[in-house]
Amino acid sequence: MPGVFFKTVFPATILVGAMSAAEAAEVVVDQKDKQFSTSAVTVKVGDTVKFQNNDSVSHNLFSLSDTKTFDLGTFPNGESREVQFEQPGVVDVECAIHPTMKLKIAIEE
Amino acid sequence: MNYVLLPSLLAILVSAWSAVVCAAPPRDMLPPAEVSAPEHNAVTAERVALGQTLFFDPRLSASGWISCASCHNPGQGWSDGLPTMLGHGMKAGERNTPTILNSAFLPLLMWDGRFRTLEEQALGPIEAAGEMNMKLDEMVARVRSIPGYAPMFADAYPGEGINSETVAKAVASYERTIVSSGTSPFDDWVRGDEKALSAGARRGYELFNGKGNCVACHSGWAFTDGGFHNIGLDAGPGGVADNGRHEVLPLASMKGAFKTPTLRDVALSAPYMRDGRYDTLREVVEHYNRGGDSKENLSPEMRPLNLSDQEIDDLVAFMGALTDRRPAKVVYPQLPAAVDAAALAEAQRRYAPRDASAGAASGDPRIGSDQRIAQGRD
Repeated sequence: MPGVFFKTVFPATILVGAMSAAEAAEVVVDQKDKQFSTSAVTVKVGDTVKFQNNDSVSHNLFSLSDTKTFDLGTFPNGESREVQFEQPGVVDVECAIHPTMKLKIAIEE
Repeated sequence: MNYVLLPSLLAILVSAWSAVVCAAPPRDMLPPAEVSAPEHNAVTAERVALGQTLFFDPRLSASGWISCASCHNPGQGWSDGLPTMLGHGMKAGERNTPTILNSAFLPLLMWDGRFRTLEEQALGPIEAAGEMNMKLDEMVARVRSIPGYAPMFADAYPGEGINSETVAKAVASYERTIVSSGTSPFDDWVRGDEKALSAGARRGYELFNGKGNCVACHSGWAFTDGGFHNIGLDAGPGGVADNGRHEVLPLASMKGAFKTPTLRDVALSAPYMRDGRYDTLREVVEHYNRGGDSKENLSPEMRPLNLSDQEIDDLVAFMGALTDRRPAKVVYPQLPAAVDAAALAEAQRRYAPRDASAGAASGDPRIGSDQRIAQGRD
């Protein structure tokens, strides 16, 4: 199961997506047992983070950080949402429903 | 047909089925032995004693009549048995008083999660106009005017003085002792006492984790995820709409979302829901069985459950089994006596805070190192 793979092999799996001529990457972060699969991840400007819900409950991920503000809405098991980061900085991602879920994304040039 | 082997085989199968389907939960479903505290406010016996005295002291309110314990009454599941709270001037508020049992373990406090720590939360109801209605600087002045408090603060927070910060820290320290004792029938069952839980409560536990889907939000040993969900409460008999968490975190999903309460000792803290509209746990389960009443922004975890009458009874029986049989004894504290001028002068002399700079500057040894008091607001 994807959830097991992500948890036991890598904290975050890096997949190369055909985003643009510059090698922008896609990083997948898993949600399971009301937790993120990692508490921190570093990406480069232009990269995308894909939030995969492998949990038994729905989550509503959001960020109020100046670097990038977003509300991904509520999505259930099996679905995912993607966010591309165009600016360097730090973004704190939380789940509105489950306040103990916290993820720090550092975006580097 | 082998009449000897068949009944034996049947007995083995039934036992195996019981062991697998009705197995006792894992040990992490027991309340933890330790409560964590922030570095600046480790729990000590002196801090707990001071915090308990303040918690039960109605002189922290403007009227002199409302203490924290007025609404969070240990004899009523740390709530007040009312649909919504009664505050200053006997005015009814809009929300039910939540229990404070196990609040030391919650990531966010209050129905709408507006406070992050017990220290922050402690001052909120004191200054709220609809609750204790007491300006913080006046509250501090009143506490300082009671001679018996000075040695208690000196023992609990040496050198820190009497101010709203030390009041809040002391109350928080006391609240860190208001936790489940792990003596409910459910806890006994987790520890291996097969007879601890009735058959109905056992069936209720299976439903809780299965058909009832209660565990989606009421998860973990405290039976709460500490999270926020809209469970489809309509405006109710009073017709009062309440946006809940949305008032603090204005995301669409948070409209009408409220914090999941702990179910430990839930049988002791009726009535139920954010406005206390349900008097019994049966009515609560019936609400969930209907899939809630309002479909607006309803949590995806909510749906009609098609529970039978027996299944509803079983869920209620299970929740009843979460009541501690030997809770920690609460001894009502003797509150320090009111102003006695000679005793006050002596207390000031003996227990002036070690940071003499602010005291010396003001010429008044009662003034501690906390300059925020001078601004009339903490």
